[in-house]
Amino acid sequence: MSGEVLLQVKDLRKYYRVTAGLMRRASGEIRAVDGVSLSIRSGEVLGLVGESGCGKSTLGKTILRLEEPTGGEIKFNGIDVVSLSRRDLRELRGKMQIVFQDPDSSLDPRMSVGGSIEEALIVQGISDPAELEERVARLMEKVGLEAGFYERYPHEFSGGQKQRIGIARALAMDPQLVIADEPVSALDVSVQAQILNLMMDIRDRDGLAYLFVSHDLSVVKYLSDRVAVMYLGKIVELADKEEFFRNPLHPYTEALLSAIATLRPGGSSRILLAGDVPSPLNPPAGCSFHTRCHRVMHVCPQMEPALSQTAPGHYVSCHLYS
Amino acid sequence: MMAETVLEVKNLKTWFFTRRGTVKAVNGVDFALNRGECLCLVGESGCGKSVTALSILRLFDSPPGKIVEGEVIYGDIDLATCPLPYLRKIRGKDIAMVFQNAQSSLNPVFTIGDQITEQVRVHEHISRPEALDRARTLLEEMNIPQPGRALKMYPHQMSGGMRQRAMIAMGLSCNPQILIADEPTTAVDVTIRAQIIQILHDLKTGRHMSIIFITHDLSLVKEIGDRAAVVYGGRVAEVAPVEDILKDPAHPYTVGLIDCLPDMSAKGKRLPSIPGSTPNPLDMPPGCPFHPRCPRVMDICRSVEPAMVNITGVHAVACHLFTDMEGRGR
Repeated sequence: MSGEVLLQVKDLRKYYRVTAGLMRRASGEIRAVDGVSLSIRSGEVLGLVGESGCGKSTLGKTILRLEEPTGGEIKFNGIDVVSLSRRDLRELRGKMQIVFQDPDSSLDPRMSVGGSIEEALIVQGISDPAELEERVARLMEKVGLEAGFYERYPHEFSGGQKQRIGIARALAMDPQLVIADEPVSALDVSVQAQILNLMMDIRDRDGLAYLFVSHDLSVVKYLSDRVAVMYLGKIVELADKEEFFRNPLHPYTEALLSAIATLRPGGSSRILLAGDVPSPLNPPAGCSFHTRCHRVMHVCPQMEPALSQTAPGHYVSCHLYS
Repeated sequence: MMAETVLEVKNLKTWFFTRRGTVKAVNGVDFALNRGECLCLVGESGCGKSVTALSILRLFDSPPGKIVEGEVIYGDIDLATCPLPYLRKIRGKDIAMVFQNAQSSLNPVFTIGDQITEQVRVHEHISRPEALDRARTLLEEMNIPQPGRALKMYPHQMSGGMRQRAMIAMGLSCNPQILIADEPTTAVDVTIRAQIIQILHDLKTGRHMSIIFITHDLSLVKEIGDRAAVVYGGRVAEVAPVEDILKDPAHPYTVGLIDCLPDMSAKGKRLPSIPGSTPNPLDMPPGCPFHPRCPRVMDICRSVEPAMVNITGVHAVACHLFTDMEGRGR
């Protein structure tokens, strides 16, 4: 179902300098995204999983250059995104869009729903009033909002409806890739299913690709074609969905999978990880997961494992498999 | 084995009188909590599950909130009407509460040790060193590394998971009979969530503590709950042992909630979803609060509120589909 490579990310890095004191001198560096490589084909859904602070949201934003990358390569349709001028970038952004977790803070409370969606079109250079009106109506219909909502304001809507507005805005310029940053985490379960269905319908109809960022493995399992796991700024495992859930390799993935509570009976015993995610200001040496790993070996604190392929399309960075 | 009831909530109604109208957040909730069991209150945001929990210890803001009807029976006292000084002796000692957001529930200008010992010394006449000793033991039980050091830490120096565990330690400091945990795992990551669920599980089996666990997540209910009460529109829609409710849900709302979980459905298929969204608490639909979203709605549902019907002795449901089923089994 997926075609040619749409997005190619190579060794992408985003570091934040941490300053301290009155003179704002640099006291350290947070490596939020530290050498991430991945690709997304057109029409494909890549699920990106990780705990809070692992850098998954920063990765999404850096791909769109909402955050300027510290280093690395981003290619979209063969175009080098990193070196684009602001003007060219604006044009490209119509094809690469983002939906945020919290629809409340991503919509202007003083702008009507129709106005909000219209704005996305105006930015892209459409100015004919008749065309604007028609396209807004079409977008609202596409995401399941009644046309009568045009003049209403965000506070009049429920969380699920607001997320639909956010999706309509993202779809305004017929993008090829949508980065969805925890789009259903703030919604109630009964509404979550509606939004997931909507996103999948749009993909089936328009051949969209998604980078679907989530902490919820069951949601990722439901809609992804491939799954990547991030830990402290790095991808530790990447595989096709079937392979990923059938044969997880990285001990961190094993622990994550065993931590999802499932309603199904049975299941293997749970792997309890000790401690918390270490501070990204001061990540452990060697493999950054070794402090919590239940299968840690002598080599792990000394040497950082490389991401290597163990089966076609299945990548893992762990000394157990090198 | 006859279960011993430690807390009974009867027809509880907590309403909030606001300028925009009366919010009937809790509108006739009934349940009983047995010794050593974990009862889960499950529901979506705004269904009244948290206000129910707050009402047990009368911790909501009053005004605008008020318990307008109902009883909360603990031992032989009604906590809904007893004098406030008496209730203060119960709060934190007999019945303790753990909140969702440890960051905002801990005082940022006192150390964890100060905050735990304060609670202990309010309720028990022991010296500060003794109280500190107990606090250290508790933190150790919560698997907090270097508990002695943690006592001297301020909340901002701890990670989210550590703070949540410190909160639980504080809740346990006076060895309460009942622990009310309001979404204690919602703000933490999955690997930390697994740790906290393990702790609660050990408390239940080790100390025979009774737990009221409030959550929106049905998969957690299976992990920790003995019985579950599904709350919708300020009322209990269904209550039953956890296996029964997951395997054989009766209320159309419970059925919908279980069906729309992604990990239950076959891959690639559309997820079943419940149409619409939770009702506006200022403008509750008449009759059964779920009828505007219900796939099996009947005429009677629009006008008459269904009463709780006991369908198997341990499984009760408030739905007109089952009104004739009383006591007959299924």
